Amino acid sequence: MRLECRVTGGDFQAAGEAAAKLKRTLRQVGIDAETGRRAAIVAYEAEMNIVIHALRGVLSVEISPECIEILANDEGPGIPDIPLAMQEGYSTAPEHIREMGFGAGLGLPNMKRYSDEFRIESVVGRGTSVRMVIKIASKGSQT
Amino acid sequence: MTGLFHSVLLIEEKCRGCTRCIKNCPTEAIRVRQGKARINAERCTDCGECIRTCDNHAKTAITDSLERLRDFKYTIALPAPALYGQFGPTVEPDQVLAALIDMGFDDVYEVARGADVATLVTREYLRAHREVRPMISAACPAVVRLIQVRFPALIDHLIPVDSPMTCAGKLAKESKSRELGIPPEDIGAFFITPCPAKVTWVREAVRRGFSSVDGAISISDVYGEVSRRLASPAPAPARRKASGAGIGWGGSGGENAAVGLGNYIVVDGIHSVVGVLEEVEVGRLADVDFIEAQACVGGCVGGALTVRNPFIAHVHLERLVKRFGDLPAFAASEEEDLRRRARAGGFDMRQDIAAVPAFRLDHDVSRAISKAEMIEKVVKDLPGLDCGSCGSPHCRALAEDIVQGLAVDTDCVFKLRDQVKILAEQLFDLAKKNPSAMSAEDGAKGRKE
Repeated sequence: MRLECRVTGGDFQAAGEAAAKLKRTLRQVGIDAETGRRAAIVAYEAEMNIVIHALRGVLSVEISPECIEILANDEGPGIPDIPLAMQEGYSTAPEHIREMGFGAGLGLPNMKRYSDEFRIESVVGRGTSVRMVIKIASKGSQT
Repeated sequence: MTGLFHSVLLIEEKCRGCTRCIKNCPTEAIRVRQGKARINAERCTDCGECIRTCDNHAKTAITDSLERLRDFKYTIALPAPALYGQFGPTVEPDQVLAALIDMGFDDVYEVARGADVATLVTREYLRAHREVRPMISAACPAVVRLIQVRFPALIDHLIPVDSPMTCAGKLAKESKSRELGIPPEDIGAFFITPCPAKVTWVREAVRRGFSSVDGAISISDVYGEVSRRLASPAPAPARRKASGAGIGWGGSGGENAAVGLGNYIVVDGIHSVVGVLEEVEVGRLADVDFIEAQACVGGCVGGALTVRNPFIAHVHLERLVKRFGDLPAFAASEEEDLRRRARAGGFDMRQDIAAVPAFRLDHDVSRAISKAEMIEKVVKDLPGLDCGSCGSPHCRALAEDIVQGLAVDTDCVFKLRDQVKILAEQLFDLAKKNPSAMSAEDGAKGRKE
């Protein structure tokens, strides 16, 4: 099944709603708690990246009994140096966003860390797209 | 799942079928069907939120009566710290404890003393286990159940240490059994409880087998009896042994003040707790060591079975916390014994906190996925007003109920109106039609040559 949520850059009021919606569905589907948690973290970080850095974007999630695929596509400034952006602690988030407890430079590294497949593409001045896959280890098991 | 006991229950005659409780339930466990609220036993956490929000007083809690004292040869009262907060500033804990004895208990063991034990064991645990952060206190049974039902991924974050009540029950029974030379089964330990969630916890433990606590009597049930006996000063011997810090566990923030380790958060009120747990679930708050989370505003003094205003009760408790200071709760040798016991797993409650997947749509993941897909379709067709008139807490919940076969789309008054409108239009169209055997202008005249 497919879930799709629009995410608006700079909208901190609604930030986290897409990830929350995904969490609800995963709980209903009965995917094991740990896999569900990884998906929730990854989706949340991807959503927050759009809110913090981009103009707008779409977070879409495809859930199958084998895996969860999360796509985050945004229109925004793009990332000039991806290897640098992937380093833990590196962030371009402005001060007022850091004050909210975001922009610690862990977003992208965490997205990579918690997913089994991770691919990022970016065009400066156009936007960024991230694709992550989380495999479901124990199919149909108890949460 | 049938056969699950819950303290919180509905008084059918009083329920008017309004939507207040369904809107406030943190696990969406309530539906109104046939004009009455129905509580889903699997999802209910016994937090007591529905008891508090029901204006018709149609929600109540089952507790044990004092009659049950007769089932045991020897009985011990385990008063919650919150009980001390129910009485004015001139009342000594010793008077309250003496009143409980006078009411028919053979002995008392303060749960505040159990909290002193839990403080010690929790500190040990936090020091020894640094791999998971933040750790969440498991002292509030409604929060524990909330995590089991709604946040199963956070079970590893719970500190698997016995609650102050369980610590108190264990130690009280053991020492009395030794002292009197009678088997622990002959001793009945009764928690004097501020909340229904504890009642459920106790019943669950009893059902599983030998429990350190045998029953739970509500604070509101003993309040009158205790108050009546407070006029006279407490007779010797002095019974209060708990430290001020232990007593402080009865109010929000008390647990942290007692444990006093690292970064911490204090959160009370079930909806605020949900908000914090949502954050933990997505990996935030990893720089916090300890979360003290309580379902009731104000902590245990805010429990649904208490009598006094929670803010006033909290002030009373704080006064006692100051008076009895932070003096060491235990002698050095006693403390060493407790530590040794904790390290050997003597206060471990891990087996009591397995996940309860109460939100799963189907046992089969593929089927659950197709149901989730149907829900997305159905929800798009609903008005999105979340009015609750259908008896489900919001449109999405109705969509889930429809897909699960527990509701139909015309339970939604707006969908019903749409259908009536369509039907009315069809009727109108039909009324205009004439059987071909009749004339177009006037059916009654019939068709003429």
